Amino acid sequence: MYWDRECETMSREQLRALQLERLKLTIERVYRNVSFYRQRFAEMGIKPSSIRSLEDLRRLPFTTKQDLRDNYPFGLFAVPMSDVVRVHASSGTTGKPTVVGYTQNDINTWAELIARSLVCAGATKFDVVQNAYGYGLFTGGLGLHFGAERLGATVVPVSGGNTQRQLMLMQDFGTTILTCTPSYALYMAEEGQKMGLDFKKLPLKAGIFGAEPWSERMRQQLEEKLDLMALDIYGLSEIMGPGVAMECQAKQGMHIFEDHFIPEIINPETGEVLPPGEEGELVITTITKEAFPLIRYRTRDITRIDPEPCSCGRTHVRIRRITGRSDDMLIIRGVNVFPSQVESVLLEFGETEPHYLLVVDRKANLDYLEIWVEVAEHMFSDTVRKLEDLEQRLRERIESVLGISARVKLVEPNTIPRSEGKAKRVVDRRQI
Amino acid sequence: MKVKQISIFLENKTGRLAQVTRVLGDNGINIRALAIADTTDFGILRLIVNDPDRAYRVLKEAGFTVSATDVIAVEVVDEPGGLAGVLAVLQEANLNIEYLYAFLQKASKAALVVFRVEQLDGAIAALQAKGIRILSGEEVYAL
Repeated sequence: MYWDRECETMSREQLRALQLERLKLTIERVYRNVSFYRQRFAEMGIKPSSIRSLEDLRRLPFTTKQDLRDNYPFGLFAVPMSDVVRVHASSGTTGKPTVVGYTQNDINTWAELIARSLVCAGATKFDVVQNAYGYGLFTGGLGLHFGAERLGATVVPVSGGNTQRQLMLMQDFGTTILTCTPSYALYMAEEGQKMGLDFKKLPLKAGIFGAEPWSERMRQQLEEKLDLMALDIYGLSEIMGPGVAMECQAKQGMHIFEDHFIPEIINPETGEVLPPGEEGELVITTITKEAFPLIRYRTRDITRIDPEPCSCGRTHVRIRRITGRSDDMLIIRGVNVFPSQVESVLLEFGETEPHYLLVVDRKANLDYLEIWVEVAEHMFSDTVRKLEDLEQRLRERIESVLGISARVKLVEPNTIPRSEGKAKRVVDRRQI
Repeated sequence: MKVKQISIFLENKTGRLAQVTRVLGDNGINIRALAIADTTDFGILRLIVNDPDRAYRVLKEAGFTVSATDVIAVEVVDEPGGLAGVLAVLQEANLNIEYLYAFLQKASKAALVVFRVEQLDGAIAALQAKGIRILSGEEVYAL
């Protein structure tokens, strides 16, 4: 079953021809409309006419999150703001978020790709999709929402949190497809079990789980506890949001929708493109996006491309589970967190050389973040009230910058391990 | 009339207090009074010692977060209502007490209590006006 048989099953030759045509158009468009790219290309002596084959993509420069930050908020948009119908945002590396924009066509494409993803999981217009991804600046909620509507399914836009209500709606509305982070799905499963809910009696058939890394072990648990088929979805707001790649029912990796995105795998150290099958950093070029096209965007996600044909009949290559990051980004409760964001807050508090540590743990399937901050002399007061007040102000500011709650713990100097003068910033105790 | 108090930031974990006292002992510094204010995560150890400048230096060198704060040491008559009398004076003068604690040993028949108030000079004036004795730093360090 396909949503768009023609696009999803076209021959590799057709697909490559389509990619080249769209790549050329994208390069022309960014060259004309985005001064950042025009300048970058000029520095490297590249003109749109230099791109004659898909292999020429390798000659183009990478785009990084830092480039997005340098052009905050709308500097990389390739259309006038009057054509931008929506923006979303995700974590930046400091206090400022990464902003992305969409034209009406971009929103339509996104809805199409989510509809494809839902059909990958066996969804039809007769399904009830309980969408427990967060609605708002985060791309998860609205992304899934528009795609489920495009499919014609019944969407329950419940957003994240409020587990009791989630479980009530799941029973009362007869939810058949659950969309949320895998850890939250497990949490719901366990809360449901405690309430005596028998998931085998519910009509749930598939879960589309993403926004954070997970494992085959979690898949097993989810399928067993919720009595559904648990599938992985991939995306990142910079590229579009969820629906960049989606696992089919063969459960052998996620088909990356190559008629809209060109994936490459590179060595994160050297930038060299690696042969198919080798593990490295995923780099994506968007070839249909209008508002915010990205050329060779370094996702920092570590995976490999599986070019083998899939039993489902889709011809688009698959990426395997994301196994890590080539930077220090953490995903906590589905939210991207950079240690440098915490550092930027501490700098605001007058710390010149902050010593801090992010300690992440998962208890009962929920992620917890604790931030240890070494108390420097100038922060120290001999009254408890002032120190507690400092803790609270730090907590509030960190919460507003990260978008998730964290516990701040003041610790003594030299508590945080330093190796070769460089402090360790993260301790991740989660077992995924 | 002010006494220099040394405050140390301590995490709530075993051995930290022992470590502070060891550093002080190794450097021949004698503790005159102490108090700990604590929360679930951390504590603040407040000390009156015989040589505050040296205590500050050696603790800092040992890697502790240390600060020095001015407090007053007030002689309180060692009888029922003694402390109440002192507190009444401060209350009348509308002076807010941040914290207080007692000395380990007694100077003669009176007890010694350390006060930390926001307006130290105001407190000194108010207490002295009522004939309450306040010890100087030198007197306290030499106890």
